[in-house]
Amino acid sequence: MDWVNTILQGVLLGGLYALFAAGLSLIFGVMRLVNVAHGDLIVLAAYLALVVTGTLGLDPLAALAVVVPLMALLGYLLQRLLLNRTLGDDLLPPLLVTFGLSVIIQNALLEIFSADSRRLQAGPLEVASLTLPGGLAVGVLPLLQFFLAVLVIAGLQLLFYRTPLGRAFRATSDDPAVARLMGLDNRHVFALAMALSLAVVAVAGVLLAVRSNFDPAIGPARLIFGFEAVIIGGLGSLWGTLVGGVLLGVAQSVGAKLDPGWQILAGHLLFLLVLAIRPEGLFPKVRG
Amino acid sequence: MPPILALEGIAKRFGAVVVADGIDLSVQAGEALGVLGPNGAGKTTLFGIITGTVEPDGGRILFAGRDVTRLSPARRCRLGIARSFQIPQPFGGLTVFENLLTAACFGAGIAERAAYGECLDILDRCGLVEKANLRAGKLTLLDRKRLELARALATRPRLLLLDEVAGGLTEPEARQLVELIRALRSSGITIVWIEHVLHALAAVVDRVVVLHGGGVIAEGSVAEVVRNPAVAEVYMGIPVDA
Repeated sequence: MDWVNTILQGVLLGGLYALFAAGLSLIFGVMRLVNVAHGDLIVLAAYLALVVTGTLGLDPLAALAVVVPLMALLGYLLQRLLLNRTLGDDLLPPLLVTFGLSVIIQNALLEIFSADSRRLQAGPLEVASLTLPGGLAVGVLPLLQFFLAVLVIAGLQLLFYRTPLGRAFRATSDDPAVARLMGLDNRHVFALAMALSLAVVAVAGVLLAVRSNFDPAIGPARLIFGFEAVIIGGLGSLWGTLVGGVLLGVAQSVGAKLDPGWQILAGHLLFLLVLAIRPEGLFPKVRG
Repeated sequence: MPPILALEGIAKRFGAVVVADGIDLSVQAGEALGVLGPNGAGKTTLFGIITGTVEPDGGRILFAGRDVTRLSPARRCRLGIARSFQIPQPFGGLTVFENLLTAACFGAGIAERAAYGECLDILDRCGLVEKANLRAGKLTLLDRKRLELARALATRPRLLLLDEVAGGLTEPEARQLVELIRALRSSGITIVWIEHVLHALAAVVDRVVVLHGGGVIAEGSVAEVVRNPAVAEVYMGIPVDA
């Protein structure tokens, strides 16, 4: 039963990783931009949630109603004012600029909030648990977070394949030059994609902040987890990303169970294994 | 009424190569104009300049009397300028129907629900209804060319720029597309058509211009321009039969 519990916890953790990954792969998919600051933006959202819960007295889940739109707006402006200028045939400028952004965000957070470890309190919800048959106990909060993650991914899937905006994203991703001739303004479409990505980042950041301690320096590791989940799942597939996140979460949990020091290592090993055996990921999207 | 399209002194060079050296051209609403010229004469570049993907070094582009020289390609599309590409460029990851819906929603600014019926109608006219749910990347060349036209139509163009529609198709295939273009023209859409297949062109257009060396070297009906000595000279070596 101990092992079942370990795997279950890993699955629930994987939902969070899938959220890290979804925003990342969305941006890469639409505009071939590798956002190195993605992890730091997650941490920024966590601090934003800290401020919002602190000043408005909201509980963390209610704080989403403030943090999500704020991050989306930040994403739109970031893309419109900065990142659009870095896009072109060369992949290097966006990498460099987002790397710089990552350094700036980390240092700004350090300056404002210090290096102290923080945590968002979710009140009685934190200790509530469900008892499953067989004597397993699952925390209500991790369960809620997992379902929220699945909901977000399902929402993204729906948006991408069932709405005009989703078609605009896919069309622009296919051929940005022709998309302009179909009335699509790339700068606006890219900015909307970044807004959506940071909305997902906001959800991920709030969930992260409730789940574990955070400080200004943990962004890059979240970025790595996001990358690994994307690659394991296969680029361009949202459900694949969810599976990738879950597998990564399970690998980490199992690793930690074997030896507390092996948590991160086990995740990396799974990632390397997938890369070696199926470099295109488990559920690659077949392109026409 | 001002012409639907007027180019005034359009100039464009790529390094030492002059592709347009003060081109003046005007097209009346409802007209069908053919554009001829040897490879490298700047015909396709001219389409780029009209649609806004290529920035001219000088000159003005007027669309229905309005100066659109500084407008983005997206804005020009919404005003009613559409083009097809010689090598079809569908959104390969989208279905045929989604290709049209995207063009209708964003190029013509129609709400999605209204776009459904209109796009189906266009697919029907272009003979693509049965392929509506196929991924555009999987189509045959003929169907890609049809989609190229259909998608341009979904933006509700007033001016349609066609780039070598008949090239690479068999005789009967080309004939089908020519029929379609003729029907579009009768429905009131102004057409400017680059085409090397002269009899296809002759079946639709009233007037052709011949581009060479950055300028218009001849103008008239297809029959007239092929007899023009200047045209015969630039096409030297290329058999021209009308």
